[in-house]
Formats: sequence, structure tokens, C-alpha cells
Amino acid sequence: MSNEIKTVAICGAGGNMGAGIAIVAARAGFRTLAYDLSDTALARAYDQSAGFFAKSVARGKMTEEERDAALARLENTSDLNDLAQADLVIEAVFEQLDIKQNLFATLNEICPEHTIFASNTSTLSITEIASGCGREDRVVGMHFCLPAQMMKLIEMTAGINTSPETYAAASEFTKRAGQIPLQTKDKPGFVLNALLVPFNNDVIRAIEDDLATPEDIDTALKVALGYKMGPCDLLDLIGLDTQVRLCEAFYPTTNDARAATPPLLRRMVAAGRLGRKSGRGFFDYNTDKMFGG
Amino acid sequence: MGYEIKQNGDSRSFPAGDAFLADSIPGADIVLHLGTPLETDASKAAVLVELDTECLGVHTGEDSGREGSNVVGFARYRNGNDAPSPLIEMVRQPETLQTAIEAAKTMFEAAGFTVVVCSDQVGRIVDRLVRPKYNDALRFLDEGLARADDMDLICKMGLGYRDGPIERAVRGDLARHFDVSNARYRATGQIAYVPARRAAVAKMREDK
Repeated sequence: MSNEIKTVAICGAGGNMGAGIAIVAARAGFRTLAYDLSDTALARAYDQSAGFFAKSVARGKMTEEERDAALARLENTSDLNDLAQADLVIEAVFEQLDIKQNLFATLNEICPEHTIFASNTSTLSITEIASGCGREDRVVGMHFCLPAQMMKLIEMTAGINTSPETYAAASEFTKRAGQIPLQTKDKPGFVLNALLVPFNNDVIRAIEDDLATPEDIDTALKVALGYKMGPCDLLDLIGLDTQVRLCEAFYPTTNDARAATPPLLRRMVAAGRLGRKSGRGFFDYNTDKMFGG
Repeated sequence: MGYEIKQNGDSRSFPAGDAFLADSIPGADIVLHLGTPLETDASKAAVLVELDTECLGVHTGEDSGREGSNVVGFARYRNGNDAPSPLIEMVRQPETLQTAIEAAKTMFEAAGFTVVVCSDQVGRIVDRLVRPKYNDALRFLDEGLARADDMDLICKMGLGYRDGPIERAVRGDLARHFDVSNARYRATGQIAYVPARRAAVAKMREDK
């Protein structure tokens, strides 16, 4: 079955994650259909991909010929019907269950029988995303890490109705794409976000409790545990509004109090302190001053 | 700034042979208590008390949020019986003298340590934040979410951690994890700190 995967479509390819996945597929030799509702977002993502490949050439990671071939394999489209050509569709659209369900149900009418649907969800259930789409046995979880074009890890997850053949074919695709698939169960957040979302919330609550400053919390965890990046710095990079959305996706499915949105997080988002994207989060990226303390 | 060490028994922060122990100067302006009862002395720049899982208030007493003096708590972070890290977590109370914190910080930094300051809470910064994660990972292992090696690899590859939560908790001794996590559970009642089954098993085996 894996040999049949020649054309891969990415839904939401105008976003950072989708664009990164498109780079992974095109770089590995797959014809890649980059789909997004916005032509503008697709054009921007294509330019960023071209820039990424140019850097790869400059660093000796690929030749100019390989770069040209990878870019030639990358095709933008805002017409969902074009995905009828895909053997594998990977969705990286908004992290909302009904949006993903509707997308797969629509694609079920467009794509041929053999097409596998993969979800890049980081918090939602693969079984629930697949539910009602009409091909529940051909839906699999394929969670890439940001930035997808740099990170090798993929959390691979089968839903209750996923067939072994689908899982094997999707897993084989990730290996051919140069990634490292690791199997997890269909539980909210899989491994990575099941550990990270509550942990990041714990950090925010510790700041709210005046345990220590964001700077000292980051320093403590980097020095004690060898983390490359402190959690406050990471939250600013992820975006505090994104952390809210992760909580809102995660908490209702787990009822884990640690996954509930911390009040300080909501206040910071309301104050426009979204992290690096807005110039201020726990740290101030204009003046190097820190929030809290 | 020099320091005098008053020690009784082993120190988790400075095991026997640690270079820091060798530079103790009798009568210095900063005093460190490593296992010895706190002797308050307002004439000193700072009086430091090594902490394990307890709060500083256990040594100083508390006064409805008005507590604080030149006494500062501290612990050098150490994962179980791994070699101690370069991190010193210093513990302040609401009214702790800033001059005492600065004197202690300067002394530790001069000795090559990295210093952070936190309020007087069980688990300080690192254990407060990482112990729930270890409990989660140990529970995930029991639930079959992923194999131990895969879970560790996911964290290393996905988050850039030097080691994964399972290997770190096991290497640090699961019975020790039980003690640290349970201390915070008893202090806060938060279920995230209820030691995971595997930690409870290790603790029971240690106590046999």
C-alpha cells in the first residue's frame, strides 16, 4: 500500500505547520499539493519554502538541482477538488473538531477510495475526527512537531476504526519522508501535548502565585534539567493565544484541572501580550524587560 | 564574601568532598546550616538553612505573612542521587531582608553556582513544576499510551529535552520521587502530586 503513495496533499498549507509539512513531502520526492482557502497565504508560504530550500542549498544540505526539483513538486491550489489526485491527505487546519470532521467528510466525496486521510491534530481524538467521514478505517493521526521541516518526530496514532494497513502505509510514508514515527494511543494530546500543555499551565500558575519571576523559572529549568529553552520563553514562542486554544481543546476532553486555562493566561491575552508575535508576553522583546515578578 | 559552614550529617547540596565545603571560614559574615539547628544571628549578613522537602518556615516559624529576617533557605537542585546540578534555589519569605538575599546570591555566584530566588513553597521551583510531569509519564506508561523508550524519545526529539521523564525519574530513584511528590501533595492536596503507582511500589520496596 505504501508504494501507492505518490501524491500528498496538505490542507492548511498556508499556515506555518502546513507549509512545513509540505516542505517535508516535497523534499522527500512526493508530488505535493499545497491546499489552503487563501491564495495569498499559499503564495506567502511558497516564498517561505523557497527561502528555506535556498538556505538548505547554502548549508550544503541539498544541491541546486534537488532544490529546483523539490519546488517543482510543490503545487499550490485553493480548489479542494484538486485533492482528488492525492493518495494521502494530511490536514493541518484549525484545531477544532467540527472543522476537521467537515473537511474529511467533504474530501471523502472528492478523493478516490484508496486515499488515506491523516490528521495533524495535537489535542483532538483521531477516532472522533474520523467519525462520520465515510472512511473511518483510512484515517490516521500524524502529529508533526513545529517547525515540521526541521523536526523529525511524528506521533503516529490509530483511531478505533483505523485499519492496520492504513496505519502501516501512513507510517511507511513518514519513514520515506525522512521522519521518525513513534506510536502513541488515541488519547488527548498523545504524549507530547499531554505532558506539555498541563506543564506550561503549571508554570503560568506558579508565576501567578508569585513563586518566582519568569526569568528565574526559565533559568531554573534550563540549569537543573538541561532544557534548551525555558517554558516562559517557549510559551512566548508558541503564542499565549495558541496556549489558550490548546487548553480549550484539551480541557473539555480530559477534565484535567491542570489543562484548564489559567486566569493569568486569559488576562495576558486580553492585554495583547501574546508572546513574540506581539512583541510582549512573559518577556518584552523590545526592551528585554520581563512580565511579572 | 566568605562563609562559615555548620554541618551535621550528609548534605544533599554538598556531598562529602564537594569543593564548596573546603572554603568554610570560621566567623565569616555568612553562615550556612547543613543539617544543624538554625541559630539566628541578626549581626550576620545572611544565615542560610539547607532545605530538603520542607519549607523554610519549619525552621524559622511563621507570622501570618509577616515572617522574614536575614535567614534564607536554599537547596542545590539534585535529581535523586545524580550529581548535584549547578543550580541553587534560594528561598525567601515575605519580609526577608533584600540585603541577605543579595549577600547570599553574591556568595553562591562567586562559588560558580547559578542562583534563582523563589517564595517559600514546598518543592520550590523545579520540583513543583516537574514532579507532576513525572507522575503523568509514569501513569501513561501504566495506561499503555506509549512504551517508556518511545515516551522519552518523544520528549527528547519533540521538546529538546536532554533526557526523557521516565528515564529521569527512574535514574533519580522512584522512591525519592515518591518522597518529594508526596511532600507537596500533603502540603497542597493537589492530585497532580499524588505519587504514581510505580513510585509507590518503589517506596514500599524501599521500606520493606
